[in-house]
Amino acid sequence: MTVGIVLVSHSAALAEGLAELAGQMAPDVRIVPAGGLVDEQGAGLGTDYDAVCAAVARADSGEGVLLLYDLGSARMTAELAVESLAGAQRAFVADAPFVEGAVAAAVAAQSGAELARVATAAAAANAGEESAAGEEPAEREPGAERASGAVRRAEFVLTNEVGLHARPAALFARTVAGLAAEVEVVCGDQRAAGDSVLALMALGAVKGSRIEVSASGADAAEALRRIGDLVDRDFAE
Amino acid sequence: MACTTEDVVAALRRCAEVISEHRDELVELDREIGDADHGENLNRGFAAVVSAVDSTMPETPGAALKLAATTLISKVGGAAGPLYGTAFLRAATTVGDAAELDAPMVAKVLRAAMDGVVARGKAEQGDKTMVDALHPAVLAAESATEVPVGELLKAAATAASEGAAATVPLVARKGRASYLGERSAGHLDPGARSTELLLGAFAGGQR
Ligand SMILES: Nc1ncnc2c1ncn2[C@@H]1O[C@H](COP(=O)(O)OP(=O)(O)OP(=O)(O)O)[C@@H](O)[C@H]1O
Ligand SMILES: [Mg+2]
Repeated sequence: MTVGIVLVSHSAALAEGLAELAGQMAPDVRIVPAGGLVDEQGAGLGTDYDAVCAAVARADSGEGVLLLYDLGSARMTAELAVESLAGAQRAFVADAPFVEGAVAAAVAAQSGAELARVATAAAAANAGEESAAGEEPAEREPGAERASGAVRRAEFVLTNEVGLHARPAALFARTVAGLAAEVEVVCGDQRAAGDSVLALMALGAVKGSRIEVSASGADAAEALRRIGDLVDRDFAE
Repeated sequence: MACTTEDVVAALRRCAEVISEHRDELVELDREIGDADHGENLNRGFAAVVSAVDSTMPETPGAALKLAATTLISKVGGAAGPLYGTAFLRAATTVGDAAELDAPMVAKVLRAAMDGVVARGKAEQGDKTMVDALHPAVLAAESATEVPVGELLKAAATAASEGAAATVPLVARKGRASYLGERSAGHLDPGARSTELLLGAFAGGQR
């Protein structure tokens, strides 16, 4: 059983082609394409919310699902689909390049990495970073040194019972505090500094809430990895 | 005068009519700075909303708004689907199971809808999106809570028209048009235009 992957694209051909490409290096991973929109006039370009929801269900073998998207509105559709699951399935949307991210995620999933690590592997795919799964170093692009200044983002759905309540918020803040990274957490319309226990608690994030974490600074990727790890382990509840 | 379930359903039908009348215009606007599908996307979505209210007559304004939301999310297929879908969803949550909506409530609903669009699409004012029409509409509604709902909606629709018109000189920073960079200036944003049309549809016919 591995983390599953859903490829949300405007184009059925693009999603299917990418599923084939990423699957080549990850024979045991469920990689489900969700591309294109079918209407009365037949199959065309667009994103199909219902198809994305169905793809998430198909991709999940119990280890959670990572969604990747091609263009901005596919991201919105993917996020809506993840929100509608409200914790029924563990899923989140990777902020990653579509093709390289899918390949990196597939490889990480194949190696048995858990959801947060698969997501980090995807996000790191074109930033000249080593993949977080620790197995395959991602392709190093010439001139990709900008990584330390860039803002990285990841989204998580909280699956622990109490959400970002006192103890988890404290664990979160402590995880962030030791790193050279500025971390910000957004939940709904609220935002909080990642190193402030009170601000984190004030987000009101409960079980099933989706939080968006952004990190900048030299340790940004590491911060996201550790946070992903915490979320994945349900804050060791 | 408060706004009842029947009023909301009638307004949704007017939305579908207005969008169908302006389908080609929205397609043309989106052809200039996008992918020429906005009119078709919305027309498909609102036609489905009409079928949905025909087959399940909603019992509260909130239920009608929620039905519109889920239908748009499923059927629109472009950026406008998740965006308007989220707007209607937040609107539905805001009204809860109220049987009628008074003016202060309608103002709250509009603000919640806009907040939903912003949360979903992360656009700010001036990014040349539907937010540029929504934002002035919300402000106008919030300063018209003493008047009947119909008047409030007219004020909101008028402000949305002005907001939409003001997108023409802007350079797009969100959505497909942002890929055009400076070349997106000089065109009316299709989503701002459709927001103007939808608010106009809500205002038309409301006492
Ligand atoms: N991130 C965003 N925030 C707010 N509004 C947006 C955003 N992205 C796009 N829009 C609005 O959506 C309109 C375009 O809607 P349309 O239905 O044509 O989607 P699209 O961009 O073609 O989507 P797709 O890329 O899926 O085909 C724009 O004119 C703009 O007003
Ligand atoms: Mg378009």
